[in-house]
Amino acid sequence: MKDLKNIIEALLFASPSPLSAERIRELIVYADAAEIKDALQSLVREHQERDGGFALHEVAGGFQFRTRPEHRQWVEKLLAPQPVRLSRAALETLAIVAYHQPVLRSDVEHIRGVNSGGTLRFLLEKKLIRILGRKEIPGRPLLYGTTKKFLETFDLKDLKDLPAPDEIQTGEENPHTGDDPGAEKK
Amino acid sequence: MTNTGYQVRLENVFEGPMDLLVHLIKKNQVDIYDIPIALITDQFLSYIRWMQDMEIDVAADFLVMAATLAQIKSRMLLPAQESDQEESEDPRDAIAGPLAEYMRIKSLAGKLAERNILGEHVFARPAEPLVHDGNAEQMPVEASLYDLLGAYQALSEQMAGDPDFSITPEKISVKEKMTNILDLLETQKSVTFSDLAANCADKGEIIATFLAILEVVRLNLVGITQEETAGGLKLFSR
Repeated sequence: MKDLKNIIEALLFASPSPLSAERIRELIVYADAAEIKDALQSLVREHQERDGGFALHEVAGGFQFRTRPEHRQWVEKLLAPQPVRLSRAALETLAIVAYHQPVLRSDVEHIRGVNSGGTLRFLLEKKLIRILGRKEIPGRPLLYGTTKKFLETFDLKDLKDLPAPDEIQTGEENPHTGDDPGAEKK
Repeated sequence: MTNTGYQVRLENVFEGPMDLLVHLIKKNQVDIYDIPIALITDQFLSYIRWMQDMEIDVAADFLVMAATLAQIKSRMLLPAQESDQEESEDPRDAIAGPLAEYMRIKSLAGKLAERNILGEHVFARPAEPLVHDGNAEQMPVEASLYDLLGAYQALSEQMAGDPDFSITPEKISVKEKMTNILDLLETQKSVTFSDLAANCADKGEIIATFLAILEVVRLNLVGITQEETAGGLKLFSR
């Protein structure tokens, strides 16, 4: 069992992308699904307990070692990454696609109240969303959905792992208005 | 009503009418299901006026929302018609529903942004395969129809080129060439015309070089010999 866990850990370490339990099972023919699942769970736990520089995340249907957010500034120094900065418009559009997929551009625009063609194109280019097909209604408009890269980027296991929406805030329950620039009451 | 209340920094200009509406609702701390429509409509309109004063193009979306608000406001003023059951609903529902949905999405977008984003807060091992085993071309490629369309589009854009593109010849002045030749003869004793011509990019530059030689020789700055008829020209420093 210790051996199996070590083999899986080695595979996870060497893998360039999240490794699913199914893929691990294809590679380690002698182990059954339950053994692999157990080994993965205990690896996740061990790395959590170890509290080291990285942890094992369950993400996009697989498992992947990721550095801890606390060490961000140091890793940044090493890699000089150029993260995709998502604007508020892009995040809103992405949220709509994520929660309402498959979704039409007109649905997105209905919710946001503004033209969203450019934002959708941007998200398509960044491969955070993809075209799922066309809706069989007049005009056959395109249907959009999120990608595996979306799950990977936002550290999500699957679409069910999306954060739950807050209850709708009404004014009385929402005390923070002070951070609006120049929002003085007249 | 003055405009000073809406002095926002440019990066905080509202994305659209829904965004502005949410801002006004929060600012006035009102319930979205019980919007004081007159107040919100006035503030919405004064923001549009501010945008016009700032010479920001007011998108049609804002005007549509302003019209919707004004319409709701006017319907609120009319006494409810008892006869028609459909009419008894609150006219404000027309914006309360979409507003609630938009606020939900805004909160979700905020939650997404707070997550540990790969490549920004957390890092994984690089995605590029570390070993290239040479038969990558035989590997199955995962691509959808739209990937193919995208690839074709990218390729055709690349092929088409810019129809307005034209190569403007680099203008080499005879004067520059003269300086070049004189500089060269400072460091070395002699140089042949064919050597100079070999370094030229095109015919124009060779002509400029030849004219420069004629000029420096005429000015008696360098010496020139031709060992045999139709042989190479050799320049040497004096």
